[in-house]
Amino acid sequence: MKLLLAALAFVILTPVVCGLLAGFDRIITAKMQGRYGPPLLQPFFDVLKLFEKENLMVNQFYHSFYLICYLVFMVASGILFFTGQDLLLVIFAFTLADIFLVLAAYSTNSPFSFIGAERELLLMMSAEPMLLIAAVGLFMATKSFKVGSIASVADLNTILLLPGVFIGLLFILTIKLRKSPFDLSTSHHAHQEIVKGVTTEFAGPSLALVEIAHWYETAIMLGIIYLFFAGNPVIAVSVVLVAYFVEILIDNTFARFKWELTLKSSWAVTFIFGGLNLIVLFIIEKVKI
Amino acid sequence: MSFITKSPWIVHYDGSSCNGCDIEVLACLTPMYDVERFGIINTGNPKHADIFLITGYVNTQNVDVIKNIYRKMPDPKVVVAIGICASTGNFFRECYNALGGVDTIIPVDVYVPGCAARPEAIIDGVVKALGILDQKKNKTYVAPVKPEGVII
Ligand code: SF4
Repeated sequence: MKLLLAALAFVILTPVVCGLLAGFDRIITAKMQGRYGPPLLQPFFDVLKLFEKENLMVNQFYHSFYLICYLVFMVASGILFFTGQDLLLVIFAFTLADIFLVLAAYSTNSPFSFIGAERELLLMMSAEPMLLIAAVGLFMATKSFKVGSIASVADLNTILLLPGVFIGLLFILTIKLRKSPFDLSTSHHAHQEIVKGVTTEFAGPSLALVEIAHWYETAIMLGIIYLFFAGNPVIAVSVVLVAYFVEILIDNTFARFKWELTLKSSWAVTFIFGGLNLIVLFIIEKVKI
Repeated sequence: MSFITKSPWIVHYDGSSCNGCDIEVLACLTPMYDVERFGIINTGNPKHADIFLITGYVNTQNVDVIKNIYRKMPDPKVVVAIGICASTGNFFRECYNALGGVDTIIPVDVYVPGCAARPEAIIDGVVKALGILDQKKNKTYVAPVKPEGVII
């Protein structure tokens, strides 16, 4: 019963919270550029408007089928996470959801979507190793893959044991939030063609689905960041907010990377920070025994 | 109330303009005018757009491009002709390659006069277009009768 309530709360609250977060994001971005910026509720207006539009589809069946799968698996992954299930399962569902987005982009038969889909796969290749390393790191620090028990065990010690993993995770947070310099496959900002990539061919309600799924995606990523500090909710929430602010700052100060640099840099960070951290943890455990 | 008036996204196409009007359209996006205050975004992608801004007259080369962009925009949509060129063809009207204003090939909802149209006028035109967008959404829009029929 409690799990059911938690799941329900996640499904309902996430669009509200992450939509507001996106609203703040746009206002802060505008302020950084010396503009006034849109109203706080703008992301909701955008999504509601998209539902009012005609749904232009190139490929009637696959197009909407894959996009609905994208949303469903993203929500499922989030439910698994926020009801405290296995972290590995969360990451696999998360990856599967992304695969459906790629398939939806391929089904539109547009060269821009094709390039976007390929780049999305590339970004997944860049980000997934670090996500898995984070799961393994949390397991080594707390002796559990279950989000529930990680959250109850995590304390100051967790972050002291996993500083490298945390830095690596912050690095790929930029990829997962689709922020510059890693917004190769699609971008938050007004762009077109290759830069808009996977979403170029989605119109109206289809685009709205992608946007909502992205809110859930944001919630899961920020949730994983939260997990490192779960022992102290006040610190955890402030760390999450600071991390999000830094992402906005990076978004506004960096030019877009080429894909080679994206892949190389994220793998370098993954293996240097994440990998070394795991090795050190392993040695510490051996010494203890 | 429909949400379409709160988040109009724009696609801007430069027909054969002298670039005067284009600069003014882009000026609307700068911190000085910042149209994002009204939720307006220049998407540049016809499939995401609600408002089609055209500058410059129609010539034999861009006629298909304009029709193509118009067809790719999901309903409801409006077309705003920016500047005299887009409205009537201006002094290019008699050129060997000119077909005239934009309304010779697609239905135009709002005409923004000026050579070049000022950013304030462009924002006014877009706000006017929002009213039409709302009517189109609610299916209450009645197109004004034009002297020459304009159907693509
Ligand atoms: S109306 Fe004037 S400024 Fe605008 S495109 Fe035509 S000639 Fe240039």
